[in-house]
Amino acid sequence: MWIAILTIAGIALVAGIALSIAHGRLPASEGNLVEQANDLLPQTQCAQCGYPGCRPYAAAVVDGSAAINLCPPGGDNTVRRLARLLGKDPLPLAASLAPAVAVIDEPACIGCYHCRNACPVDAIVGAHQFMHTVIESECTGCELCIAPCPVDCITMRPVP
Amino acid sequence: MSAPTYDLGKLHGGLRLEGHKQASTAQPILDIPLPSQLILPIEQHVGAPAQPVVSVGDRVLKGQLLAEPDGELGAPVHASSSGTVVAIESWPVSRRNGDKAPCIVIECDGKDEAPVATAGTDYLSQAPADLLLRILDGGIVGLGGAVFPTAQKLMQARTAELEFLILNGVECEPYISCDDALMRECAPAVLSGARILMHALQVNACYVVVESDKPEAIGRLGEALAELGDDRIVLKQVPTIYPSGGEDQLVQLVTNREVPSGGLPTDVGCVVQNVGTAAAVHDWIVNNQPLISRVTTVTGDGVVSPINVRARIGTPVEEVIRHAGGYTESVKHLVIGGPMTGRSVTTDAVPLVKASNCVLALAEPATAGDELPCIRCGDCAVVCPVQLLPQQLFWYACADDEQKLREFGLLDCIECGCCDLVCPSHIPLTADFRIAKDRIRELADEKARAERARQRFEARNRRFERERLARDAELSRQKDSAKRAGPAAIAEILKRKQQSRDDPA
Repeated sequence: MWIAILTIAGIALVAGIALSIAHGRLPASEGNLVEQANDLLPQTQCAQCGYPGCRPYAAAVVDGSAAINLCPPGGDNTVRRLARLLGKDPLPLAASLAPAVAVIDEPACIGCYHCRNACPVDAIVGAHQFMHTVIESECTGCELCIAPCPVDCITMRPVP
Repeated sequence: MSAPTYDLGKLHGGLRLEGHKQASTAQPILDIPLPSQLILPIEQHVGAPAQPVVSVGDRVLKGQLLAEPDGELGAPVHASSSGTVVAIESWPVSRRNGDKAPCIVIECDGKDEAPVATAGTDYLSQAPADLLLRILDGGIVGLGGAVFPTAQKLMQARTAELEFLILNGVECEPYISCDDALMRECAPAVLSGARILMHALQVNACYVVVESDKPEAIGRLGEALAELGDDRIVLKQVPTIYPSGGEDQLVQLVTNREVPSGGLPTDVGCVVQNVGTAAAVHDWIVNNQPLISRVTTVTGDGVVSPINVRARIGTPVEEVIRHAGGYTESVKHLVIGGPMTGRSVTTDAVPLVKASNCVLALAEPATAGDELPCIRCGDCAVVCPVQLLPQQLFWYACADDEQKLREFGLLDCIECGCCDLVCPSHIPLTADFRIAKDRIRELADEKARAERARQRFEARNRRFERERLARDAELSRQKDSAKRAGPAAIAEILKRKQQSRDDPA
């Protein structure tokens, strides 16, 4: 009888160790899903969804506290992909946003630095008290720099 | 005369199409006289447009450099004849289906004056790397229609381990016979080009491959080869099946090696060049003449007398058509390139460019019939030369399922159009696949942009975190040093401050 008990205990021990190692090595399924959802988002970090960036929104979408149609830069395509990933029904976009880049009217710029601090992807360059400008290729069109500008010299230019 | 050999690999699928080639090959190549005006697009290759180095009003000589290559996959553009640059402006081009693109317009003076002729280089005494640079200056691009700059293709090939140079004289697309005509009349030039390319690539085996429906070209090549007595060059004949002239298909047919998915023929030790390209290399290296003319087929039931012509690059297509007897009354449709892969244009003002292997005027555009639902008969999979499953791809293209499209190898589709032709439901599969490919590329771009934005965002957050930590550390350092100094020192400092305030002098 002891042999049987020890055998079963041994098997249970080995299986338990293997499972705990696997648990440590493999990412948790929830976290994995958040990563996958984050990969589908456009990474503009514009916070128009009401969350402070793309990853927090991805987490909120996965745990069900946010709707899947709150990402204007991603458009309908992102809603559709999120719906497919999470097994939900696609919804019409809450608000749409055409792709655009920010343009600083350089003669009007007073070099206040506010827009530089607002830009989530460091696409604005310029020193304090000097003219600022937007690196067009890095601008994600999030519009976060528009509100802080005290002289309203930033406009959005649609990209074709 | 050395006889062609037949030991061939097998090509999957493909179609036997009606050639329509006899009409244009009945007569020898017609040299078209100089037109009054030459229109030279600055974008006649796959890379970025070349940059003009002449200005309006300049007098240029035949073969003079007009535009320099810009970027990695550029090729120069040369003046096809002597004259005056009268404009650098937008002009309809075949590459954009008759829409406008920047061109250099030359008013010819009719003298066809070239600079003082210098002797051609003895290429055998040149290092291969120098020879490649020389080829780059000739403005030579792949004349089979893909217009990939030849020098860059050879340079890329030199980085791989090579066994064979394959000269592509297959010309499998219906109607086109310009390579056939060139091989008939200029076989020695083609073979000389092959030897130059072999030296540049340092390979010791060359196959000249011709489709079996061109017995006369094979005969001429055989004679020229016997005269040349170079046993490194072997003539091969392949069966007449469309699209055996596709690069990867040709490699498979001739060497029985399959080019891997997403790879190049160099991955299996082969480089493929069109026979016209080889002749152009010969003209440049031996005769010092850059790529300023080419042989083009003018054919179709929309022209009076189909013929192969040798015309200067930049000759307006209407001029070319005029020399083929003009249009018939029933003409409806003009295509630059072949019926399967060519581009329809809306005007015959477009110039003949390096890519133009055929000018096809058709009386009646091929009527495909109305599109019906897919019945999943599988005929398309039988004819697909890349062994894809077009019916599945069509399914996933409709569903916009990027991952499945990739899994089923959409990016390996060569857009030959075989599946279109056999589809009993008249589904425009190739057009659908082109759109799906564009969408996949767009999606990949979008992904790359998002990834970059994410990295920049994370880097910024890390920087903020670093700055915050540095600030905290500095603050606590100041606090600590104050604490360490003790209350006596603080009182001392405060006293000193009080004194300086009381006694500002």
